[in-house]
Amino acid sequence: MRRLLFIIALALAPAAVAQPAATFTAEVEASAHKLGKSLRCVVCQNQSIEESAAPLAADMRRLVRERLAAGETPDQVMAYMTDRYGNFVRLQPPLQVDTLLLWFGPLILFAAAAWGWLAYLRPAARRDLAPPPLSDTEAAELAARLSSGGKV
Amino acid sequence: MSTAQPTTPRASLPAWSAIIPVAVFLVVAGFFAYGLTRDPKALPSTMIDRAMPEFALTRLVPERDALVNEDLVGKVSLVNVFGSWCSSCVLEHPQLTAIAESGEVALYGVDWRDPPGKGADWLARYGDPYLKTGVDSDSRLAIDLGVTGAPETFVVDRGGRIRYKQVGPITPEIWEDTLLPMIRKLEAEPA
Repeated sequence: MRRLLFIIALALAPAAVAQPAATFTAEVEASAHKLGKSLRCVVCQNQSIEESAAPLAADMRRLVRERLAAGETPDQVMAYMTDRYGNFVRLQPPLQVDTLLLWFGPLILFAAAAWGWLAYLRPAARRDLAPPPLSDTEAAELAARLSSGGKV
Repeated sequence: MSTAQPTTPRASLPAWSAIIPVAVFLVVAGFFAYGLTRDPKALPSTMIDRAMPEFALTRLVPERDALVNEDLVGKVSLVNVFGSWCSSCVLEHPQLTAIAESGEVALYGVDWRDPPGKGADWLARYGDPYLKTGVDSDSRLAIDLGVTGAPETFVVDRGGRIRYKQVGPITPEIWEDTLLPMIRKLEAEPA
């Protein structure tokens, strides 16, 4: 019996740990989870704060929930975070002057490659590959050989 | 001798086009050379030239008042974010002690994310170089300051504005070459 209780307690332990200190409404929780997915954990840099186990990420998660529960919009909370950590805290970089190359660089490279490929394939280029027409002397020699039946 | 132009398959592309792959490689290599030699942990601070955020810290030990915003006005000060869990803080500690003894600047400590008592135990063990301290147990001030790890040290001018952020331990070189000249310059500025 004690063994069984122990096993049950053990099975419940992770749920107990995962319980946040303060509880928020399901609405706030869903909104915070969505926002937290796009906020970078500044300690373990390629995880979002929702995925990270870092203590600072836990504090950021709680702060996001508190601000949402206090009535702020997700955009306001995002602005609050970027105000303190810069655009680095956003996992999706914003579209602005210094990120134009980041956003459109691949498109530019693709367009350049497509242009090069089409230029290579265009009919005029293929015509250039054909041998030049015979000169007058060559044409005369060809006619002579053909008329002699191939015997020179 | 006539050139073999008609028989070359790429006759339609001009000769200079051969440098395109080389140019592309050089540009990509340039980006890598810049990006891969930078420290990804060293982020630009958004707090430079902004006022110290309003904060409410709790006492580290019951008999001493916690650090408050008003302490950071009227003189140049250093605000050092530390924690008993932070191993680099142990490395930095002798330098902080030397800074406190030099009397060049007011040194304050923010004990970040420490359970009650831990920070006080840590200072009792290594010595307390701070004029005043406060505990930021839930990262409220740390997040307001854009702190990403400990130790971090903020240089606050006489007007209570943040002027510089040192990420990582203060070494004797950083103190001599960067922080001390900056503190002397800020002392000469009108508040």
